[in-house]
Formats: sequence, structure tokens, C-alpha cells
Amino acid sequence: MKLTREEVRHVAELARLQLSDAELDEYAGQLGQILTYAQQVQSVDTSSVPPTPQVLPLSNVLADDESQESLSNSQAVRNAPDSDDGYFRVIAVFDDKGA
Amino acid sequence: MMGDQNATKQLTSLGVAEARAALAAGRFTSVELTNACLAQIERVDGALHAFLRTTPDEALEAASWADRARAGGDARPLLGVPIAIKDVLMTSGIETTAGSRILEGFVPPYSATAVQKLQAAGAIILGKTNTDEFAMGSSTENSGFGPTRNPWDMERVPGGSSGGSAAAVAADEAPAALGTDTGGSVRQPASFCGIVGLKPSYGRVSRYGLIAYGSSLDQIGPITKTVTDAALLLELIAGDDPRDSTTMPVNALDFSAALTGDIEGMRIGIPEEYFVEGIQSEVENAVRSAIDHFASLGAEIVPIGLPNTELALPVYYLIVTAEASANLSRYDGIRFGLSVDGDSIFDHFRQTRGAGFGPEVKRRIMLGTYALSAGYYDAYYLKAQQVRTLIKQDFDRAFSDVDVILSPTSPTTAFRIGEKVDDPLAMILTDIFTTSANLAGLCGISIPCGFDAGGLPIGLQLLGPSLGEDKILRAAYAYEQSTEWRLRKPEL
Repeated sequence: MKLTREEVRHVAELARLQLSDAELDEYAGQLGQILTYAQQVQSVDTSSVPPTPQVLPLSNVLADDESQESLSNSQAVRNAPDSDDGYFRVIAVFDDKGA
Repeated sequence: MMGDQNATKQLTSLGVAEARAALAAGRFTSVELTNACLAQIERVDGALHAFLRTTPDEALEAASWADRARAGGDARPLLGVPIAIKDVLMTSGIETTAGSRILEGFVPPYSATAVQKLQAAGAIILGKTNTDEFAMGSSTENSGFGPTRNPWDMERVPGGSSGGSAAAVAADEAPAALGTDTGGSVRQPASFCGIVGLKPSYGRVSRYGLIAYGSSLDQIGPITKTVTDAALLLELIAGDDPRDSTTMPVNALDFSAALTGDIEGMRIGIPEEYFVEGIQSEVENAVRSAIDHFASLGAEIVPIGLPNTELALPVYYLIVTAEASANLSRYDGIRFGLSVDGDSIFDHFRQTRGAGFGPEVKRRIMLGTYALSAGYYDAYYLKAQQVRTLIKQDFDRAFSDVDVILSPTSPTTAFRIGEKVDDPLAMILTDIFTTSANLAGLCGISIPCGFDAGGLPIGLQLLGPSLGEDKILRAAYAYEQSTEWRLRKPEL
């Protein structure tokens, strides 16, 4: 199994990863190799097998609805590349036309 | 203060239990012990690169405080004992990068629960140890800050991803360390470095403050010189945590009580599926000799079947990369970490992540994104979760018959730096005996059981059922105390 460069580019777009042409070619080969290896799971009959997303015998772990000590505003933004008056600063999500 | 190198060597060779007994007896002070560890780091870490950063000033200040507290009657269990912390664990006020350039300069505002618990017990943090980037790897070569070397042979890897922690303990830079294990990352480096590594059952130790990789698989575990120390550290870090809803609501046990040396009648399962083609013959021979040794100690050796063994690795890689691709979406260059300008918000994300992540992290994000994407979800991710059920059922059946399961930890001893970096599939295969425990939520421990012809350590793995740490510790201690592998040290 080999992925095409276009397939790899599509996955990189979904993953929000900027990849060089060299990386696209490298990953096309390597991902294909790993997926071929992973495909052995598809030979197993699992028609009556439930999935295991996690192993704990727990469900609906609830906490009391009580306020607790948390990070201060200055602690929360201290590692931000760009902050302003206690807020994270981001570049505009919508362009000038308001699209 | 003890100044000469022999005195330093005597102090740094100690494990946690020995160090705390000596501190309590007043044989030396925590400042002396901490200085000895810092001197050893200064002497060997330039070549070894087990640490990404040390915190000597803070460590000595804490040591001095511990000595004063002891004089005042304080007797907490780790008072004044130095430890090293894998850099995927958050440490308040100490830079934490997870081995990634994308987190360079990140200073956490809080510490992981496991770290907090050790500090509350009186432990002193020496520094942060090297790791494969975001714990993704089996050799520590994927660190964004250069590889760590194996103290037994500087041309070889220490294993990974907790290779920095394992190398630091094996090289006597620290009495013990914390690592994390998602598919073998505590056990395999412990095996490669000739020491002890314990992966607790999923839910035994809080993951709060552990930088997430595969959330249904990750566990924090101790990397130590002895089984006694592993039990001691587990007691301190285990337990329910309201900040992690996946901790199990059970009280931590007195694991040290399991260390009796008596394994008469214990049933040890041997899965023949784990003695496969491709395993280094010296590893197989050492582990088979260890099985005979367990029998001579009174254990019953029981052949068992784990028929879905060969599916564990593909299932693991599909699940862990899927979880990783979701977990690592948080690195967006806005709230913390590297930020690279782009033409739009999406371009900003792409540029930041493209520049900040290393090749293995990108590869795993890509694989996980693919396995979760429309049209492939059922065939890969859902299918992997179903086969995960079959793997877990194999172990449920086995543990209805045996107390623990014994196998090699890794099919080979430490490999050469660079040997597998260009072949992701070959690197993956080094985890062949360890990933099942994470998929099934089991506990496991690696302990030394011999050396190959080149003098490299060999490890054996004991697996126990969920919350069965007392069983694997009991078996591991009985073997350790009746053999002498732990006494051999690397020459540095």
C-alpha cells in the first residue's frame, strides 16, 4: 500500500501541518508501509466484538459542583506568545470582508 | 562536606531506600547527597545527555530545608532524597518541553500530581530528563534536543521514551526517577539500562499534569535501582485523584509488604507466543534461565496461550496515533509554545505546527489523522478498538489461571544510535512485548536478568492483572534478591 502525494497533502491539511515536498514524499512511503502492517487487524472477525475505547470499569465519574481554587489570570496567560490585558491575542478568524 | 570522588561515588550508588535510611541515621546530609548527585551529573552528563536541564540552586535550597526539617523532627518518607523527572511531567516553575521544540521555554504554572506527591513526601527535584518528543519513540533519539546515550555503551541508545530517566538512574546521577509508559516507555529503557522499571495498572496513578500522548494508555511509573524502591515510589504516587477522572477509586496499598521473597506456589504463566523468531538468542536464553530460577524458588511454571499477541502492535499503533493526533491539536501557537506567523489563522496553525514538531511526531499525527478520517474510521480506529477487546480477553483468561506472566521485556538488547531511525517499522517492533499491557490496562515490571556477550543488560518482564502490582513486585523481589545482576554497574 502506498499513499499518493495528494492523499498525504489532504491528511496534512486535516492535521494543520505545513509539510515540504520532501516530507510529503517521505510520508507517502512510510505511512503506506505502516498502514500495510496495520491492515492485519482487518483479517480478524469482530462482528460480535464490542470496542474497548478505555479499560476502566468506570462510567460517569462526577464531581461535586463546587468552585475550587484555579489558576489566576496572569498565570493562565503567562506562556502565551501574544497576550493583551489578560487575554490571548489571535489573528482574525474572519477576513476584512466579514466572510 | 565529602569532597573526594570515592565519597561521591559511595553516595550516588545508593537507591532510595538506602539513601533515606542513611539520611535518617545521620550518616550524611541531604545537602551532601544532593551535591554528590550534582557532581556526578557534572562529571558524566556532558557525554550521556540524560538531563535536558538541571535545577541545582533550587535542589540545594530544598536539600538545606530538608536537613533543617529533619533536625526539627520531620520524618516524611522521602525527606531530602533527590529524584529526576521525565520532561513530559509538568513541574511548576521549571521549564517543561516534553522533548519538543514546540514547547521550548514553556514554564508550567502547576505540577503533575505524581510530582506534587513526591515533593510532599520530601523529595528533591534534580532536573528534567530527556525523552523522545512527546514520548513518541523507543530510543530517545526523537528528542528535539539530541539523543541520550546508554551508560553501558555510549554508542548505543538507552531505550525510550523514558531514556533520560533510565540513563540517569543507571549512571548514578539520581537515586530514582519518574518515567511514563504508553507502550513500554518505562519498561524497555529500564531493560536496556539494566535497572528496574514499573508500569502501574491504568488508573493506578493520576495522569494530571502528564503531557498527554495516548490518553487511554499513558501511565506514570518509577524507574529505580531496586524492586524495593519501585514499591516505595509506587506507594507514594498511587491513588485516586479528583483532578483525573480516570484514576481508580482504590486506596494505595502497602506494596512493600509484598516484598517477602516467598513465591512458593505462585503460578507464573509463560506465553510461547512471546518467544518468537527474531528474538536475540542471548535474550531468549537469559529469560529461559530466569524461568528455571523462578521454578527453583518454588513457583509453578504454567504454559499459557495469548493467541492475539501478534495483533497487539498494529492495534497499538492505530489507537495511540489516533489519540495522539487529537491530543496534539492543542499546540496551536496561541496559548503557549512556539508561534509562527501565517497569512490566516489556519496558515498560522500550519506554520507553527510544521516548524515546531519533529519528524516522528508529524508521522504519528498524520497516521492518527488518517485512521480517524472520514471513510477510514471504521476500518482502522473502530476495528483496532474491537481487536483491543480480544487482546484484553486473552489476558483475562490467562489471569484466571496464573498470578503473573513472564516474558522478555524487549526482543533485543540496546541497539546502536542511528540503527533504526530511518525505519519506523523496525523501531516499532522493539515494543512487541510491552504494548499489550497498556492496551489491556495491566501492570508490568522490567527487572535485570543477565547480560549479552557485549556486556549489555537484558531485562525480563513480569505482567500482572489490573491492580495486581503486589503480585509482580513479590515475584520481582524474590528473583532480584536471589540473583546478583543488580550489583553490576556501568563504568563511567
